[in-house]
Amino acid sequence: MQITKAPSVRLATLACAVSLSTAALAETVTIGTVNNGDMIRMQALSSAFEEAHPDIDLEWVILEENVLRQRLTTDIAANSGQFDVMTIGMYETPIWGDNGWLEPMDNLPASYDVDDIFPSVRGGLSNDGTLYALPFYAESSMTYYRKDLFEDAGLDMPTEPTWDQMREFAVALHDPANEQYGICLRGKAGWGENMALVTTMVNAFGGSWFDMDWNAQLDGEAWHEAINFYVDILGNYGPPGASSNGFNENLALFNTGKCAMWIDATVAGSFVTDESQSQVADQVGFAAAPMQETSKGSGWLWAWALAIPVSSDAKDAAQEFVTWATSKEYSELVAQEYGIAAIPPGTRNSTYENQEYLDTAEFASMTLSQMQKADPNDQTLNDSPYTGVQFVAIPGFSGFGTVVGQQVSGALSGNVSVDQALRNANQVVNREMRRAGYQD
Amino acid sequence: MDMHRAKIVKNVSVTIAAWLIALLIFFPIFWMVLTSLKTELNAFSTPPSLFFVPTLENYLVVFERSDYLKFFWNSVVISFGSSILGMLIAVPGAYAMAFYPTERTKGLLLWMLSTKMLPPVGVLVPIYLLFRDTNLLDSKIGLIIIFTLINLPIIVWMVYTYFREVPKDILEAVRMDGAHVWGEIRHVLLPISLGGLSSTFLLSLILSWNEAFWSLNLTTSSAAPLTALIASYSSPEGLFWAKLSAASTLAVAPILIFGWISQKQLVRGLTFGAVK
Repeated sequence: MQITKAPSVRLATLACAVSLSTAALAETVTIGTVNNGDMIRMQALSSAFEEAHPDIDLEWVILEENVLRQRLTTDIAANSGQFDVMTIGMYETPIWGDNGWLEPMDNLPASYDVDDIFPSVRGGLSNDGTLYALPFYAESSMTYYRKDLFEDAGLDMPTEPTWDQMREFAVALHDPANEQYGICLRGKAGWGENMALVTTMVNAFGGSWFDMDWNAQLDGEAWHEAINFYVDILGNYGPPGASSNGFNENLALFNTGKCAMWIDATVAGSFVTDESQSQVADQVGFAAAPMQETSKGSGWLWAWALAIPVSSDAKDAAQEFVTWATSKEYSELVAQEYGIAAIPPGTRNSTYENQEYLDTAEFASMTLSQMQKADPNDQTLNDSPYTGVQFVAIPGFSGFGTVVGQQVSGALSGNVSVDQALRNANQVVNREMRRAGYQD
Repeated sequence: MDMHRAKIVKNVSVTIAAWLIALLIFFPIFWMVLTSLKTELNAFSTPPSLFFVPTLENYLVVFERSDYLKFFWNSVVISFGSSILGMLIAVPGAYAMAFYPTERTKGLLLWMLSTKMLPPVGVLVPIYLLFRDTNLLDSKIGLIIIFTLINLPIIVWMVYTYFREVPKDILEAVRMDGAHVWGEIRHVLLPISLGGLSSTFLLSLILSWNEAFWSLNLTTSSAAPLTALIASYSSPEGLFWAKLSAASTLAVAPILIFGWISQKQLVRGLTFGAVK
């Protein structure tokens, strides 16, 4: 018995020693992210990073957006250190940075060329001038329209349309009998869903979420005009069931030729022009997100960024990865492997100085001008006390923004009048602001 | 003659109704499998296409991008582990409650069940902190413990109900023959209630296999089961419905097949009480 046992025990000890030594050699970086096309490419290309850094092992945790946000919040708040790199947005970054939850990104190598990143994107990912996350890809919003339908109807889309013009086009091109709808817009309730679009509309109509004393403005004239306009244009000239449509639903409608116009994230430019997923790939035109009273804040600003939580136990390795995945070299690698149009958009000036990119990606120049126009600190016609174009960068916003989103969605589906919806919304927001100590 | 005809009509209509309900319940799964065999472009076409050239590409992508076997193995370990542990605790507990009830037994049973009335998210933070402090985050043992605790009230209730069906006289007779408690349970009680016990085990297995809230919140990578694999294919910006369907099909397939094989036990066990 002893004799047969001994070698296996020795083997097991050896195996343990080997696995311990490799564990000591390689540091594991756990990355929490979402399943967007650009992130899928990052995961596929990360073997190049691992080859260049044999001492770093990458572990991917891919989750649904809201689950990811919830996981990251719990993880950070409980300081449990499950993640070394987190994919977060422009809403969370300044708040979490302010809470001291994220490592500041201040030791970046010169070769990283942080000044190449758009100032608006850097600003949106900073708190008090300190950068807390590096942008992986960023987006504003713009108008997508069907050049063929416009031509057939003898219409002309201006480069910078107004909402009034959008309505005229929508009326002219709405043909529900043939499943062709004048305009597709987000209707699904949520602070990052319908409220992203609705807030840019309110900005364009000259409104804002708060005045300088943090009093909610949702019952004011600009909100009434904007929401009445939204309910009219989407309810009468949009697809049926629009109040449950988000980005993906509208993308599917547009790609199957059901929408004459669509206003949404600039990142969709590469999807609607991609023949493998769009039936109208060669018929798509691009224009600015519509303005009305003002063009300030009429197009949003968002970034998917990579941040390192203070609870990480592999901070140096995590920073190696984060700087690699958001670098110019990474963009070159993507261009080599997937074609130049697949470069993560919206983050670096150098991308848009590349003539080949501008020539290949038809949507690039409109993306660039929208990105340059968006300013998270000067987004409303009248002065407002908050940062963020299509959101308010304060901790309670994700909660009351979603409640307001439900009211707007309810008004769209006709369950409640616009007046009633805005009165309810205004009350909720003021109550939350009083509770959070913003108002006396 | 008329009665005979009425009987036939009744049988036929019952059969049709049963088929309709079965098809209705099965439809989402059927649609998921169908979507998983489409191209992404086909998957979101309206009106939905019923006839198309099927492709296995989505399955290839899922296997290429994700370590399916790791997720699968985690699911197997966690759901079998928690079901076995649950049965080990529930059988003695239910035995005591069924054969030696006190005046508080009913209250105890109800109290156990009341833990199921709280929405799980209400205890997420305390459990998360406990797991952090005991190093159970992202471990299979941690999920086995949680799933056992979640399913225990149901398991105890079911086993208790089956044990109550067993005539006390039989056990008394065995005891007269000089059997000890353990011998009584092993040689008489367990064989008699095997159908009920195996269906309870199966139900616990299915519940653990499909549990998503805790497995998404308490795991990151090494202990993540198949529900986490499904979640990883949902996208905020991108149309990957066919791939999501392929991942979902791969996640439910093993338990579906297992359930199919053991459906006799399941149906027998679930209708045991009703038939009597």
